[in-house]
Amino acid sequence: MTTLPAPAAPAGRRSARSRQSAAGPLFVAPFMLLFVLLFLAPLGYAAYLSLFQHKLIGGTSFVGLDNYTKALQDPQFLHGVLRVVLFFLIQVPVMLLLALLFALALDSGLLRLAKVVRLGIFVPYAVPSIVATLMWGYLYGPDFGPFAQFSRHFQLPQPHFLSSSWMLGSLANIVTWEFVGYNMIILYAALRTIPGDLYEAASVDGAGAWRTAWSIKLPALRPALTMCLLFSIIGSFQLFNEPKLLQAIAPSVIDSGYTATLYGYSLAFTGQQVNYAATVSFLLGLVIVIVSYTFLLTANRRRTP
Amino acid sequence: MTTAISKAPAAAAAPRESAAPRRRSTNRRSTPLTIAMLAVLAYFLLPLLWLVIASTKSSQDLFDSFGLWFSHSPQPWTNVRATLTQDHGVFLRWLLNTVLYAGVSAVGAALLAAAGGYGFAKYRFRFGGAAFNLVLGAVMVPTTALAIPTYLLFAQVGLVNTPWAVILPSLVNPFGLYLMRIFAQDAVPDSLIEAGRIDGAGEARIFFRIALRLLAPGLVTVLLFTLVSTWNNYLLPLIMLNDPRLYPVTVGLASWSAQAQNGGSGASSNMLALVMTGSLLSIIPLVVAFVLLQRYWQSGLATGAVKQ
Repeated sequence: MTTLPAPAAPAGRRSARSRQSAAGPLFVAPFMLLFVLLFLAPLGYAAYLSLFQHKLIGGTSFVGLDNYTKALQDPQFLHGVLRVVLFFLIQVPVMLLLALLFALALDSGLLRLAKVVRLGIFVPYAVPSIVATLMWGYLYGPDFGPFAQFSRHFQLPQPHFLSSSWMLGSLANIVTWEFVGYNMIILYAALRTIPGDLYEAASVDGAGAWRTAWSIKLPALRPALTMCLLFSIIGSFQLFNEPKLLQAIAPSVIDSGYTATLYGYSLAFTGQQVNYAATVSFLLGLVIVIVSYTFLLTANRRRTP
Repeated sequence: MTTAISKAPAAAAAPRESAAPRRRSTNRRSTPLTIAMLAVLAYFLLPLLWLVIASTKSSQDLFDSFGLWFSHSPQPWTNVRATLTQDHGVFLRWLLNTVLYAGVSAVGAALLAAAGGYGFAKYRFRFGGAAFNLVLGAVMVPTTALAIPTYLLFAQVGLVNTPWAVILPSLVNPFGLYLMRIFAQDAVPDSLIEAGRIDGAGEARIFFRIALRLLAPGLVTVLLFTLVSTWNNYLLPLIMLNDPRLYPVTVGLASWSAQAQNGGSGASSNMLALVMTGSLLSIIPLVVAFVLLQRYWQSGLATGAVKQ
């Protein structure tokens, strides 16, 4: 009798099931409530604001999609977006390639002091980007940066890290310094989950270290690389902290529209153009979602031919 | 230092760690590779070494002595004291604000994500799939694009210039929810939940007494990463807060750095030394936390990276 509860208690079972089905939504409710209030509501509010315009004479009026047509023809906004695209195309491949190489080196077992190396490369991730930028800003600087001191001492030409032609590279260096370790750890963690018998099979087949890396490790890293790339897309398109701080050191190089997020910030807080700032934020968010989604779709399609 | 603390979760954290020595015992360490990686390590650590050295110098010495070595008269304690007492001890207040904002956000975000992820993973209910997909899509919406709209909304309801303006938006972590859902799927066996029900435990009791303990590694990961992102957040507090006494340390340091710039970047200003020392002091807690909690975040990251 104890082993067969099913026919004995159909009624009790049903009440237990309904209690369960009420429990699911209750567990999810707190998160979803805040999600609606703090995620969807601001987005909706920005979309709403973007349909209006405020003028000194005449006050606020509904203008439909005028703000969007204005933004799409606004050279400052377009330049800001193009600049982060360029930044993404240069910085992300370098960063992920380095992270991949370091992860493979750590996983190869050929390294002495592997633990120290792993932790040391990761440590910059724990440094706030504000501190990282302040620090690199001083390192780049012409006054007491070691590079400038070094070149003065040996009477070499000074490097101009903060000039307009070097700035994007200097920013890329800061971001790379901050995030290589983070990506390396993700890739390394993924490498550690490859079952050992795969390596044994490979060595029985006479595969060397490079061959193993190419044929076993890289394919296994696919999901992890996809995730790293997705986060890198999202991260580089919203570039703000680093240019905002370097702006103080190099105001002539970094203008208020240097990156798209910086432009939105300047519009809202320097220009007081709230409606237009909302439009720019909304558009930027839309661009990022489209790019990320397209990327995910192509990545998934390739995985399942 | 780390071994004592990391021993306990080690077994659960890295399943292949025990199998690894077999593959690695071949004793074929490569010296060229080690040297190359040590050079790489120098790139990542030298800037921090520079910061440590810079924080021992007076503003004058910053200009007069070589950056990567100590000056003739190092004064670390003078700098620390000056940093902590400047503007009636505002720096300490900034640090405490950061600890408060990051701590509350991290604990709150981790618990919300754990309950939500558990709910999505272990229960079937109407609109559950749709709601989860909505959250999953939100992973791609960048936080900075959201910051200005959130500010505009908070300005309407009078939340700006309060600690809540920084804490509330940090409580919602879509990626954390996604991570916890994946984690809960495997870490909490259905049979265990069923056993709890047969014993007459309520659903809430099962979650708090049984599931939460099994979810701990994932919980710590979400906690740690929310902690880092809130600790490092700059844009949100920058636009939300006007009162310097509410600033977190990032916004405070940036304002000091701006003062150092404006007061003529000359060596006469003492601000520069304070910015250096303040920067160093602000990164120590997080670096220590990461070193001590290595096992947790490394295993947690693997969850997100491997199962998608």
